[in-house]
Amino acid sequence: MATLDDVAHGANAKRKLTGYWLILPGAVWLAVFFVVPFFSLISASLYDPSGSVEAGYSMTWHIQNFADAFDQYKATLGRSLLYSGVATAVCLVLGYVLAYAIAFKAGRWKNLMLILVIAPFFTSFLLRTLSWKLILADDGFVVDALQTVHLMGDDGRLLNTQFAVIAGLTYNFLPFMVLPLYASLEKIDLRLIEASSDLYASPIRGFFKVTWPLSMPGIVAGTLLTFIPAAGDFINAELLGSPNERMVGNEIQSLFDIGDYAAAGALSVMLMAIIVALVIVFIRRSGTEELV
Amino acid sequence: MRSVDSAVEESATAGSRSLRLSQLTKEFAAFTAVKALDLEVPQGSFFALLGPSGCGKTTTLRMVAGLETPTSGTIHLGDKEVTYEKPYKRPVNTVFQNYALFPHLDISKNVAFGLQRRGIKEVKKQVDEMLELVELTSQAHKKPAQMSGGQQQRVALARALINKPEVLLLDEPLGALDLKLRRSMQLELKRIQTEVGLTFVHVTHDQEEAMTMADTIAVMNQGVIEQMGAPSELYENPRTTFVANFLGQSNLIAAEIQGREGGQVKVRVQGALASIPAERAHSESGSGWLGIRPEKVLLAEAGQQIDAPGDVITGGYITDVSFVGVSTQYMVKMPWGQELMVFEQNTGSRRMLSTGTKVDISWRPEYAFLLDASQDASAGIEDE
Repeated sequence: MATLDDVAHGANAKRKLTGYWLILPGAVWLAVFFVVPFFSLISASLYDPSGSVEAGYSMTWHIQNFADAFDQYKATLGRSLLYSGVATAVCLVLGYVLAYAIAFKAGRWKNLMLILVIAPFFTSFLLRTLSWKLILADDGFVVDALQTVHLMGDDGRLLNTQFAVIAGLTYNFLPFMVLPLYASLEKIDLRLIEASSDLYASPIRGFFKVTWPLSMPGIVAGTLLTFIPAAGDFINAELLGSPNERMVGNEIQSLFDIGDYAAAGALSVMLMAIIVALVIVFIRRSGTEELV
Repeated sequence: MRSVDSAVEESATAGSRSLRLSQLTKEFAAFTAVKALDLEVPQGSFFALLGPSGCGKTTTLRMVAGLETPTSGTIHLGDKEVTYEKPYKRPVNTVFQNYALFPHLDISKNVAFGLQRRGIKEVKKQVDEMLELVELTSQAHKKPAQMSGGQQQRVALARALINKPEVLLLDEPLGALDLKLRRSMQLELKRIQTEVGLTFVHVTHDQEEAMTMADTIAVMNQGVIEQMGAPSELYENPRTTFVANFLGQSNLIAAEIQGREGGQVKVRVQGALASIPAERAHSESGSGWLGIRPEKVLLAEAGQQIDAPGDVITGGYITDVSFVGVSTQYMVKMPWGQELMVFEQNTGSRRMLSTGTKVDISWRPEYAFLLDASQDASAGIEDE
């Protein structure tokens, strides 16, 4: 006869198994659509560079691809990190203020404001970026207005400049910054802010000693969600920039287009490695290791 | 530490740094939380603001802390008016109801927070001393979430006390603790207050907590102070039905006031005559409530001799008996239909009376009190 203990063990074992069953669909999906392509990308980055669509490709452990790609595209890599870094910083400032206002000051407008933050997602990414092209166009109202007040010379332009690309990135990824920031600010107990004020912290010091550190998980999540896709983005540079503002994404896309899989693969893997390294450093420094 | 200590002593000798509220009023959109409150808390005292939830006690405390702006009236600390002073500029600290410890800082950093914000660099020694005072030295590097409720409570206390505030505000500080821990923390708080000699203003709805700790209690109800005084004074001589019921329990019996004779006020209670010392009579004409605390009522079987009798009413019978160990609580139905509570010490001098026994009741006139009958006899009875 089974003792109570046995029954409990049986139940425990079942409970553990339930966990694995729940993981299974996601794990299969990731294995097929992430792990397999990931290795195929790595192997592409090690192809013999002389391969072509017509002649076929062969994996020859050609590590030299990386050095070649780096030599050729280091300026583009640097530009990508710079643009996405600046866009992320601008997103953080704008997004923090907005998320703070929604979390603490919006009152009954809270939900409406949150809907407005995600409203752009109702239109496609491509269309929204195309409309920035119209807004920043040489004969558009923004340029007109700036020229009228003489903030810009008569031959000045916004489109096809670094400003346009960074502005586009900032605009497109702002919601990804605002939402995690909002989620972590909204969780902060207002009594903690009262307590800091009771303990001689002026509102500004209270903000930096209490609100800011408590919103750190949101800052980290928002920064990653903005920086990572922005660094790999190619639409903004393609539509809003000139050939002088090309980012890594644009290069990879054209390399794939001409069938240079070896260089495209090496550049992709390099971008990924750089991003992962930066993310690790960032998380370490922000003191939120428990997120990793 | 020494310099802060001597600063505190200096201010103590410099005369009264008492906390004074005058005509303090706070109106919210829909109601008035605090109505023209006048209050003086002497320096170094343990003062309790006692009242049911929604009586305005927490709002009063928050106005003193600066977390709420009064609609009118003033707050003084000694000679200095602080009514509109920012909270972070007041020499006042608060132990919040749910402690409000900073979850991202460890215990020692939580405790050091106030000193550091005031620009004090060398805080380690003071933090260590404070942790020792609240017996948490070994926990200094834990995060608040790793601690029990009682420990968090002590951290909250240490975090406020380390600043040597002129007034320490405690907002239901023991509310979240279980009964046993609450008891021991009550004694602990009282010990610490005596040790550091700061003014404590303690807000609570727990009358027992207020009576155990406070030198002076102000009983608050609907935004006003009903009565203020030493715990025993409030208990023995309540001035309103609210205080009579909220602090302990009371039997309130309808009485016709006959008038004053010398130092006594004579009343007629359901046919019997009784007297109340004039200083305990808070109404001198018309009808009133004669009040007697349950433990002051003496009980005897009908016709039997009552120990040290005073005023007597006959013709009751026992409807309920509950034995609680040190005492027995009886409910006695009186001829006019009212049920009175009687608490009797289990001294063993007489056997326990059983339900249905016919009894006479009696009480010493000096323990009775007389209240104005215009008040609701059930005011302040807690529905728990």
